[in-house]
Parts: sequence; C-alpha cells; structure tokens
Amino acid sequence: MSALVAVLTLPLVAALGVFVVPARLRVPMALASAAMITGAALALCVTVARGGPVMLMAGGWAPPIGIALRADGLAAALIIMTALVMGAVTCAAWFEASPARAGPRMAFGFWPLMLLLWGALNAVYLSRDLFNLYVGLELISLAAVALAALSGTAQAFAAALRYMIFALAGSLLYLAGVVLAYAAHGTLDIGLLTARTPAQGDALALGLMTAGLLAKTALFPFHVWLPPAHASAPAPASALLSALVPKASFLILMRLWFEAMPDLATPAALLALAVPGAAAVLWGGVLALVQKRLKLIIAYSTVAQLGYMFLVFPLAGGGGAAQPWAAGAWTGAVFHALSHGLAKAAMFLAAGIYIAAVGSDRLGDLRGLARALPMTGFAFALAAITLMGLPPSGGFTAKYLLMTSAFAAGQWPWALLLAGGGLLAAGYFYRPMVALFARDARVPLLRSIPRAWQSVPLVLAVLSIMLGLLSATPFDLLQVGRPPPASEGL
Amino acid sequence: MTAALPVLIVLTSLVPACVTFFLAQDSHRLRNGLNLSGAVLKLALIVWMLFAVAGGASYEATLPLAPGLVILLRVDALALLFISLSAALWFATTIYAIAYFGKKAELSRFFGFFSLCVAATTGLALSGSLISFFIFFELLTLSTWPLVAHKQDKPSLAAARAYLAYALPGSAALLWAIIWLESATGPVLFTDPPDLSVLEPGALRAIFALFIIGVGVKAALVPLHGWLPAAMAAPAPVSALLHAVAVVKAGAFGVVRVIYDVFGAGNVVALGVGWPLAVLASVTILWGSLRALQQDEIKKRLAYSTVSQVSYIILGAALASPLAMIGGLVHLIHQGLMKITLFFCAGIYDERAGVKKITGLNGMGRRLPWTSVCFSLGAMGMIGLPPMAGFVSKFYLGLGGLQAGAPWVLGVLAASTLLNAAYFLPLLYRLWVLPAPEDAKGDERAPGLVVPAVVTAAASLGVGLLAASPISPLSWATLIVTREYGP
Repeated sequence: MSALVAVLTLPLVAALGVFVVPARLRVPMALASAAMITGAALALCVTVARGGPVMLMAGGWAPPIGIALRADGLAAALIIMTALVMGAVTCAAWFEASPARAGPRMAFGFWPLMLLLWGALNAVYLSRDLFNLYVGLELISLAAVALAALSGTAQAFAAALRYMIFALAGSLLYLAGVVLAYAAHGTLDIGLLTARTPAQGDALALGLMTAGLLAKTALFPFHVWLPPAHASAPAPASALLSALVPKASFLILMRLWFEAMPDLATPAALLALAVPGAAAVLWGGVLALVQKRLKLIIAYSTVAQLGYMFLVFPLAGGGGAAQPWAAGAWTGAVFHALSHGLAKAAMFLAAGIYIAAVGSDRLGDLRGLARALPMTGFAFALAAITLMGLPPSGGFTAKYLLMTSAFAAGQWPWALLLAGGGLLAAGYFYRPMVALFARDARVPLLRSIPRAWQSVPLVLAVLSIMLGLLSATPFDLLQVGRPPPASEGL
Repeated sequence: MTAALPVLIVLTSLVPACVTFFLAQDSHRLRNGLNLSGAVLKLALIVWMLFAVAGGASYEATLPLAPGLVILLRVDALALLFISLSAALWFATTIYAIAYFGKKAELSRFFGFFSLCVAATTGLALSGSLISFFIFFELLTLSTWPLVAHKQDKPSLAAARAYLAYALPGSAALLWAIIWLESATGPVLFTDPPDLSVLEPGALRAIFALFIIGVGVKAALVPLHGWLPAAMAAPAPVSALLHAVAVVKAGAFGVVRVIYDVFGAGNVVALGVGWPLAVLASVTILWGSLRALQQDEIKKRLAYSTVSQVSYIILGAALASPLAMIGGLVHLIHQGLMKITLFFCAGIYDERAGVKKITGLNGMGRRLPWTSVCFSLGAMGMIGLPPMAGFVSKFYLGLGGLQAGAPWVLGVLAASTLLNAAYFLPLLYRLWVLPAPEDAKGDERAPGLVVPAVVTAAASLGVGLLAASPISPLSWATLIVTREYGP
C-alpha cells in the first residue's frame, strides 16, 4: 500500500523539487529520487507477486463515490520496467549533460519533465477510473511534447507541434468517449463498468476512446508524428518517448477491451484493431529499411514494433484453455511491451553515445565505431536481437507466446506476420550493424565516453535478454489479477 | 551431480567465451590458456560420460521458462556422439587457430565468438526439447556471423550477409514448424515422442517440410546451400569450424533428431516423406560433387565437397533402416575428421606457401611432406578407399539402402565415389607427381598448424582401421541405433 502511494507521489514531489533546488543540487536530487522511486517500484512488485493485487481507495471512499487505484501484475510489471528505463535514462542524461556543453534548456528542462512523465505514467498504470486515466494521459502528452521539443532546433519544434496536434486530437476523442460512457452509466470506474447493463451508446463510446488512444499510441496510419518527434529529441528523451509513452495508451486500450467492456468485442472490431497493427509492422519495417539516420531507423522500428501488440486483440484466449499457455497471447503482448521498452531505450541511449562521440547519427559517419566503443556496439547488437525476436530474449518469448496462440486459435496468418516482421527487423538493423562493425580507419571522437556511460545501454540490453532467459518469474507476475478474457478470449 | 553435468559441459565452453570477450587484445597467454583448459576439461568430462552412458546412465537438467518453454539439457548416446566430435575438434582447432593467427588483431573477439559457437553447438546437441534445440540453433547462427565476417573486408562481409540471408529465413521456417506442431501436441520432448494422430497427414507433411527447410539451410541441402561456398572468404579455422565442428553438423544432427525423435522413423515412412528426402539428399550428393569438379580454388572445392558429403548423413537418416542410420551417424564423425584435416591442410598451403589455387599444388609433396600426406589421407578417405573412414560409412549406407528396399542408393554411392575420385585424384597427382615450378617457396616450420592436421589425419585413418573395435565411432553408432531406435 505505501509502496503504491510512493510510486505515485514521489515522482511528482521530485519534479517540483528539482525546480526549486539550486542548480548544482538538481542532478543529485534527480538521481536520488530516481533511486528511491525504483526502490518503491521493486517493493510494489514484490508485494503484488507475493500477496496478489493491491487496491487503494482514495480517501477511503469506494467507487462510484471515490476513485480506485489498483496494482495488478500488469501494472506492477510496467511500473518496474518504467523504473528500470527511467533509472538508466537518468544515468545517461547525467553523463551526457555533465559538461556544460548541453544548452540551458536541456540542463534545466529535462529533469522536471522526466520526473513528471514518470509520475504520470505510474498514475495511468494504476488508475481504475476513466477520467483519472484521461488526466494521466494529458500529463503524459504535456511532458512528452515538451521533451520532444527540448533540443530547441526548428526541426524539433515542427515535430513537437505535429505531435501535439495528434495528441490533442486523441485526447478530445478519448474525452468524448468518456463523456458518453458517463452519461449512459453514471460511473467511470472500470470495475463497475464491467458489471454494467449494456446501453445503446456503448459501442460509440468505446469506439471514440479507442480512436483517441490509437492516435496516441501512434498505430498505423496515425504514426506519422512519431518518427520525426522521436528522432529530433535529445537521445535520453527519445528513449523515454519511444520506450514508455506509447505503452501507457496501449495499457488503457487493454484495460478498456479486456476489463471494462469485453462484451463489445465483436470479431469485426478485433480485426479492425489488428489489421492496422499488421500494416504498421510491414510499413514501419519497410520505411526503417530505407532510412539513412540511426535514430530514424530506431524510430521507424518503434512504429513497426508497436504493431505487434495489437495482435493481442484477435489472438487472446487462443481457443485452448486446456493448454499450458492459456492467456498466452495476452501475456505475449505484455512481454512484447516490456522487452521492447527495455531494448528500445537501450538503442536510443546507444545512439545518444554515438551522437556524443561523432556529432552525427548518419550511418556513413558511424562506420567503424564498434571498435572505438565496443560496449555500446555490443549493447546495440543485443537490443537488436531482442527486437528481432531471436532467442533467448524477451522478444522471443513474446513472439513464441503470440505465435502459439495464433496456431491454437487457427489464425495462422498472424503467425506469418510475426515471422515476417522478425525478418524485416533483421533487415533494418543489419545496416547500422554493418556500419558500426565496418573496418574503417579509427574515427577521432569528439569527446571521450567513460565506460560507466557505455555500460548504461548495455545493462538495459542485457535486461531485455534476461527477460527471455528467466521468463518464468515475470510470467507468473503477469498472471496476478489478470482479467478473465485474457485466458478465455474476447 | 546428474543435473549438474550437462550444464557443466556447456559451461566449459561458455565461461571461456564470456571471459575472453573482456580480455585485452595482448593478453595472449591468458586467452589461450583459458580456451585450451576449457577444451581439455570438456574432453575429460566427455570421456567420463561416454563410459557412464555406455553403462546405461543418462543426465538431465531443466530450466523452466514460460509455461511450455523448457530448456532441457539431456545427455543421451546420440548427443554424446556429436559432442565428443565437436569437443575433440574444438581442441584441435583451437591449437591450430592460435598458431594461425599468431598476434593478429581482434583475437579476443574471435576466440570469444569461437567458444560461444562451440557452447551453442554443445547446447544444441544436448537439447532434450524442441524449443531448447531452437534456442541453441539460433545462438549458433548469431555467434557464427562475427566469425564469418572476421576479416571485415568486402568478401567476408558479403559472405556474412549471405549467411544471415540464408540462416534467418531458415530459422523462421524452423520456428514455424515447431510452433505449428506444439500448438497441436503440446511441448515436444525428445524422450517422449508427441502424439501425431491429432494432426492431419497433410499438415504433418507440411510441418516435416518446414523442419527440413529450417535445419536443411545449416546442413547445406541443395538448393539451400549457397551460403557455404560463399563463406570460404573466412579464415581457415572458421572454415574448419563451419564444416566439421559446428554449423553444418548441427544441421545434419537436426535432421536426425527430427526424423528419429520428433516424428519417429515409422511415421516418416508411413507419411511417405522419407523417400523424397532421400532423393533430395542424393541430388545434393551428386550436385555438390559436380560443382566441386568445376572449382579451381582449393577451399571452394572442399566446400562443395562438404555440401555433398554432409548429405550422406541425411541420406542415412532418411532411408530409416537401421544399417543406413548407422552409416549416416558414423559419417557424422568420419566426415568431420576427414574434412577438418583437409581444411587444416588448405590453410597451411595458404599460410606457409601462399597457395590458394589448385594449380599451385604442383610438386608440393616434396616441400610440405607432412601436410601433403595428411591431405592425401583425407582425400582418399573422402573417396571412400578401404580401409579409410569414408569406406566404412559408404559400406553401411549401401547395405542400409538395400535393407530399406532402395537399391538405387547403390547407384548414387557409386556415382558419387567416381565423382569424388575425379575431383580429388588430380590434386594428389599434382601434389606427388607433377614437378614444382622453379620459383616455388614454402615450408612447414609451424608445428601449431601441422600437428593438429597430423593428429586428425591419423584419427581418420584410425577410426577406419579400428572400426570393429568396441571404442570406435562405428560401435557407438551401432549402440545408439540398437539401444534407442531399435525395432
């Protein structure tokens, strides 16, 4: 219980705190609060894994009067993944910004925004109230747009503006859906909505909320804002934007479809969610193949990787409750979200190191860097293995669970997509790998990169591999408090 | 102890691999010592287990992942056959590689991935479930890529790209097959054959085809063999590894596992998928030999020869008669010993005399006598002259063909033997009969290169001469077939 409160309030308090303290205390305070929040996240995870879901009624009032917060296995897993990524990003930003070379905007703006984003993410993971979720989403968008604009170049501003337009439109659609749901049922609590008497306008409400969330998750064809925004932000900010931000809106989608209104899941609706996902896998992959800048390749890869998660909608259940991997697709999609978060953050932080070292992320300028920065090259390769879904990595476990469900449900074309998407990923990550490992004359580095900084993306990449190698524990954690449709199908 | 042994035997390669990555480039002694002691320890463990398993013991270790995903390492007779080959040849190749590279650059990276590759092969051999087989199969693919690309020049990078372009779609097919099968039958353990009756025969045939495509890429089955001749751009120790110790063998081993432990020989015959595979293997045998004839680079000729020879193993497995299977399994060992000898020698000709092309071999027998004797022994074994190792394999395969009611196999074997002779005998003629050119150079003052070649050549002679003794590979293959797959 106290851990739950801590993961919600600590980031917000710290975000205010780094504003007030003198400049020289800003970074130490950010580091200290990151450590504390990570500790609280770990404690929450252990509590959930041992004792089941943790509920908190704000002010002691039960819904519909009060607001409920609930940490189930899904929320706990995302909270710990967020904490790991945030912790790594904090360290990387500390190394990157430590000399006075970074502008005042980066040095001042990054820390409060990052902590605000952290608090908002945790709030979304834990909320059981649709309006509360809306507030969380808005806070996330606010922090994320500012992070995207942080580098201050004209390009970044244009990208951030485009991002904001999409985010605002998404919020409006979501809010309209929330209003309809409230008008029909008089409550916005997810638990109460599950037990509601179905009303006429439910489908429209769910459709509007879903459309808004799709725009925020950057699902194809709403992905156009993502690559420029993620590529023009400073690398630590890109890591947050790519690894964490889309997961929050996806989580709300899961909550809506699996918990609040699973009765509305018609086969046509599920197909309508999965087909754009499939298109994202292919289109994002093809565009990633032709990019010339490392950060753009990574960003388009995010577009593709987000698509996989939407396969959960038709595949959940898999038609085989008797199988040992019941809830396979549901768990697989969450595994994918987790391993993608860790690996993608590792990649962007590695890209940040390369940019710091040679001042560019064009593939041509990165040639031969693996020799100068071997640990970073290794981290990039490990993260690529996870994203390609090769064993033994978290990405492989995710893909295995999704593919098995596809066959068990008799929907093997989705499995074909999973296999093809993996090959595309191998194709688009092969190019930066070849550039990095090319045998070129040693490039003079603009600045020396300490080993400790190099080890940050490596730790994240190794964690994404360990997620597959030791997948039994996270698998069990995710089953804590999972909604019934996860195993029975929508 | 029984659970620790399979893990321990993987660790003997994995630990040196992981440590080597972090060693400084110039700490040659530490690196060499680490890798060699890993190899020696592994050999000792294997010898110990050979006796225990012959007495009926088996060892098992499991690591549960998500439900349905279990990494299961299990020492059985078939696994031991493969790892005793790969461990012995790993030791020889490490000595050879240390001498071959001397103090060149990027050695920590090379030996790290080299040991990782052997660790993956060991894990693959010991895998007791389909999914752990797949995991190690992929690890093998990934750890081989940096070795093929080791020189980092244009041809090496092109070869490495070709390798991945073949291997990754192959593993996608393999994963597809595994998941298709397991979604119907539940997780497949090799000790506990799945109940195939839940699937339609048509679906089973498709799954079998996907399996064969998946492992066939590594086994260089025609038409999936294109990467292997291209990979000749890699340094000689890598070629030895690809052709004899790890990669190609892992593919052939996979075919054996799929036929005997996943489907079961009876089902393969009943589904009617055995004879098409046998025909495909025969086509590969002949096609590889025909292409070998046309090559004038020594290593390319040897590579096509591998394409051809590895399919003997597949032919033996596909015929699914006991004698054919003995012939196939024993060829796993025999081909490994002979081919590694040939590649060691090709590396010596290149390093010590600067000879890459066949025309450069004229009169080499007098300048590099030890190497040339070894090369000749390997070549004669490949042709299948008695009493060399290759003869034993071909003899059993022929008998097995008759036993399986497929006398045409004799024709394939005869044609292949003629072709083998046609592409190897001219080399021997050049080595020993033709005079050397005026400006010929070269010596063999490199014991680290020559001694491994002599040892493997002697071994390939020995396993043929002593085939009837109880400790020969032939006896072990017979033990596998009679004890585990017997009628």
